[in-house]
Amino acid sequence: MTTPTATSAVGGAAPTSGSRSAGPERPTRRPRRSGRGRWVGWLFVAPAFLVYAVFVLRPMAVSVQYSLYEWNGVAASTFVGLRNYANLFTDSTLYGSILNAFQLIVFFSFVPVTLGLLIATSIRQIAASKLAVVARTVLFLPQVIPLVAAGMVWSWLLSSTGFVNQALSWIGLGDVTRAWLGDFTFALPAVGVIGAWVLLGLCTLLLLSGITKIDPSLYEAARLDGAGPVREFFAITLPSLRQEIGVCVTVTVIAALASFDIIYISTQGGPGNETMVPGLQIYYLAFADREIGQASALGVALMVLVLAVVLPIQWLTKERDR
Amino acid sequence: MIVNRREAFVGRALLVLLMLITLVPFVSLFVTALHPSGTYPLGISWPASPQWGNFAAAFQAADMGALLLSSALIVVGVVPASLLLGTMAGYAFGNLRMRGHRAVFLLFVLGLTLPFEGILTPLYFQIRDLGLLNTRWAIILPLIGLFMPFSVLWMRAHFVNVPGELSEAASVDGASTWQQFWRIQVPLATPALTSLGILLFLWTWNQFLLAIVLVDDASKRTMAGALGAFQGQYGTDIPLLCAGAVLILAPTLAVFLIFQRRFVAALLQGSVKG
Repeated sequence: MTTPTATSAVGGAAPTSGSRSAGPERPTRRPRRSGRGRWVGWLFVAPAFLVYAVFVLRPMAVSVQYSLYEWNGVAASTFVGLRNYANLFTDSTLYGSILNAFQLIVFFSFVPVTLGLLIATSIRQIAASKLAVVARTVLFLPQVIPLVAAGMVWSWLLSSTGFVNQALSWIGLGDVTRAWLGDFTFALPAVGVIGAWVLLGLCTLLLLSGITKIDPSLYEAARLDGAGPVREFFAITLPSLRQEIGVCVTVTVIAALASFDIIYISTQGGPGNETMVPGLQIYYLAFADREIGQASALGVALMVLVLAVVLPIQWLTKERDR
Repeated sequence: MIVNRREAFVGRALLVLLMLITLVPFVSLFVTALHPSGTYPLGISWPASPQWGNFAAAFQAADMGALLLSSALIVVGVVPASLLLGTMAGYAFGNLRMRGHRAVFLLFVLGLTLPFEGILTPLYFQIRDLGLLNTRWAIILPLIGLFMPFSVLWMRAHFVNVPGELSEAASVDGASTWQQFWRIQVPLATPALTSLGILLFLWTWNQFLLAIVLVDDASKRTMAGALGAFQGQYGTDIPLLCAGAVLILAPTLAVFLIFQRRFVAALLQGSVKG
């Protein structure tokens, strides 16, 4: 029943042509099946593609179209060529929002991944303990609640009478207390802390699940060779986790560049434009300022930006030896 | 494995610290919700007389019953349809692999990292022209489309690993592709479908952006969207606001704690595949 041709056809990499060329050997069955599968397959894809095309691909294309016009959503539109894109480089609030998003990457991405690596490494040996099982549930809580809720809770924690200032006073740092989200210098880092809180647990658990797949004998060998925890980390843990780190960085970088919910609820982009990000800026441009063309141009730029950042990360961290 | 006692201790301490940091916001929220309505409590402090009535007041003010119903309706609109369409397309891409499927599959991959804000503006006008603004369809239909890349990739990843002998055997028995799909492939895909269903439920329930842009009436929104409206209305009454937030979080947290094993597994897999 099972022949080499059949297995190669399902091996994942082999395209349909492989099973088609196997046709002559078994003229009665294989060609008919793959022949029928060819058009029936499109019927299976059609409904999904239809919804995707109408509600995602079409708006994407229309976004590009809108971005070339000046339009207030009601009156006639004027073709302006690439002017809306040029504005992205000259208008300080527009490129400022993109720069802010890049600064958020430090908090949304760098902090959770680095801390996650440190924590996952330290708890490697107790990964199977009862405490770690409880921790898996607790650390996932921020992933389960809506980001809006996280933003709300933290606005309260970071307010002038909130817990953060209370805790700072306890440890004798009463002088630095302030309304963190309303402070021109600290608003963006404060928003970043909220993102870091949301993403730290996810990164830690992803990295931990990667670490527990590493062959323990590698660590034993390193110990016998007299390697300390630091050498162990750089020689074994870090290289083995390339894929997991790639996943964490990708997820968190997208969360930073496309952030909306947390900032909408905690600062609305203020004070001034200190915490303005592209997502929120698009919302304001389109639905408050009625500058549909400019909003669409920023939207296109954001889509391209995310791809431009994510693709290299994917390429750098994907498993090459498989 | 060599377990170093000192290292194990440091690990435990770190883990406890991390859990505390995760839990502090929830504790703060809950404690603040018990303070008398209209006051400005200082940090985390237990109130002299806990106002349990705040929860009832917030339940009424936020019209929780209607909100729960609305969110449930949206989930019912999004999740089964996404599962069905995603599974069918995933089956075609993973198992049938008709000629030219790669190009179309790439189109789906393209949408995987799409920030929703990127298509927000045209989507608004499209929904308006369809006459769906301010209805639940305005959230349901775009979400099905936006979740499609992930659903298709997820189900394709499952079907690619199903041995081909299975469909071979079935087609020998004379089963049509459609029968094979329903009687053999879908029942075998239950674990993958369950995890995908959990993720889609969570992402729908927590959807905020589409809700605030496309639906003005808070009682037709998702839970997350309603929370935004609730903050706009009661933003100055911190204890009441916190009580409302606790109520809005409660259903998700309850579902999470009941199905926590599946949730954790789904979320871990979900980010790896996404």
